[in-house]
Amino acid sequence: MSNLLYQVRDLHLSFADMAHKPLIGAAPRLQVLKGLNFDIPQGSIVGIVGGSGSGKSTLGRALVRLLEPDSGSIHFDGRDITHLSEDELRPTRRRFQMIFQDPMSSLNPRRRVGGIIAGPMRLHGLDRISARVDDALDHVGLPRDFRSRYPHELSGGQRQRVGIARAIALEPEFILADEIVSGLDVSSQAQVLNLLEDLVRDLGLTLAFISHDLSVIRRLCSRIIVMQHGRIVENAATPELFEAPLAEYTRELIAAIPLPDPDQVWF
Amino acid sequence: MGDARAPRRPLGLRLWLSGGWLTLLVLAAILAPWISPQDPLAQDLFAGRLPPFWQAGAEPGYWLGTDSLGRDVLTRITYGAQVALVVALVAGTATCLVGATLGLIAGYYRGWVDLVVSRLIEIWMAFPPVLFAILLIAVLGPGLWSIVIAIVVIDWTRFARVVRAEAMSQSAMDYVASAQVAGRGRMGIMLAEILPNVMATIVTMLTLEMGIAVIIEAILSFVNLSISTDFPTWGGMISEGRLSVHQAWWVLVFPLIALFLTVLSFSQLGEGLKDRFDPVLR
Repeated sequence: MSNLLYQVRDLHLSFADMAHKPLIGAAPRLQVLKGLNFDIPQGSIVGIVGGSGSGKSTLGRALVRLLEPDSGSIHFDGRDITHLSEDELRPTRRRFQMIFQDPMSSLNPRRRVGGIIAGPMRLHGLDRISARVDDALDHVGLPRDFRSRYPHELSGGQRQRVGIARAIALEPEFILADEIVSGLDVSSQAQVLNLLEDLVRDLGLTLAFISHDLSVIRRLCSRIIVMQHGRIVENAATPELFEAPLAEYTRELIAAIPLPDPDQVWF
Repeated sequence: MGDARAPRRPLGLRLWLSGGWLTLLVLAAILAPWISPQDPLAQDLFAGRLPPFWQAGAEPGYWLGTDSLGRDVLTRITYGAQVALVVALVAGTATCLVGATLGLIAGYYRGWVDLVVSRLIEIWMAFPPVLFAILLIAVLGPGLWSIVIAIVVIDWTRFARVVRAEAMSQSAMDYVASAQVAGRGRMGIMLAEILPNVMATIVTMLTLEMGIAVIIEAILSFVNLSISTDFPTWGGMISEGRLSVHQAWWVLVFPLIALFLTVLSFSQLGEGLKDRFDPVLR
């Protein structure tokens, strides 16, 4: 049991569909997650892939309990966190962190980088905060004097590094990375992915990596969950998934990866 | 992309002019008993309708002339500034506190609180504000506190609407979700994450509201519903000056100018301060 960090069973989650709300009465529910079952083993890197509206980000937000599921269960390290209240959850929050898609929106524009990284640590009553901020900046390869900068003074890649520093500063066991490179240019993408890979190895993290891009996931992840329309259509180890994809949708995703064409000449 | 601690931009002309006029006014209001050339209430029928100093027939000591009862216009403007500024500060701040608090809570917590606040705002907006104020004063009786209460009651929606919308859009930002993942409570997120991001808007509106409070006070004293009629107010002076505008235009025009400059200065001060609150612009 203890080697499974997350156990998800029959997970259902729905949103109120305000677009179809009748004049009087409650809005109909829009089913986003329709009964998911999967595990995340300790120390693994799991990729969650799917198109827009497949429910992958919703699943991610349910894992870190930004959203409360309707039914089913999420066990984190053996403990049921499905319906815990915010107060009951708080001591556990430190153990699972999240890195967000848009690093501009995920960093409070009125805080300096140092304050952004230190904030969560203060909440959890950690000691030696200043030294830990320096450590976190070192880990993500940013100069220490960046702590006095504002987010708008940084580039996209640097901002995303701050987001990563904030997440690892709490020394979590699990990190959810939600489309964290989709807003970056290609060279920043590669740098951030390398950084994440190193951190996972050095810090012994468990990582769930959400992306719509199988080529990014293939490089990073040992296991891949393919989602479509709120259901898991395939859940397999990376080599098997690429060698023998079972689901039609997986085959489509793999076919969509651009291949370098050896016949192409640019100059 | 300079260093965050680079020297700040110099104060703009806007801030200098508006700040200068308001400082002058505050000093005049505080020092009124010592610097005013005359007694604000002293009537002298033999010195009635004296013109301002540059016109023929002006008397020394009555710089901006006198009204039909022989009261000095400049003196009455400085005493009127006391009322105007106290109303601006107290009513403006109180309106801001009430409106911004309700707007912030409604915009962040949503749910039934938002439902109640939003309906209240809609109901409030259907009332004609000045008539509402006059009605309130009629019920409460004239006096400084009645004016303050009337301004808060009629104008809190101005803050609540804007701050609610701002808080809602800020709540959707990922830094709020990030604070939640970090384990910050709802109240903590509202005060430590969202409030600083709507503060620039609140400060701008606060100074605007101070200007509006001055206008409302002037309107109320214009219709004789302000503090007791024997204390000089700008609105009261305008109202009296209106009756004799063809014989003594200065009784009407000088308090109008003071009112105009004050309201303009408050709004320009807000515009200038907004830039300084924004780390991106600073």
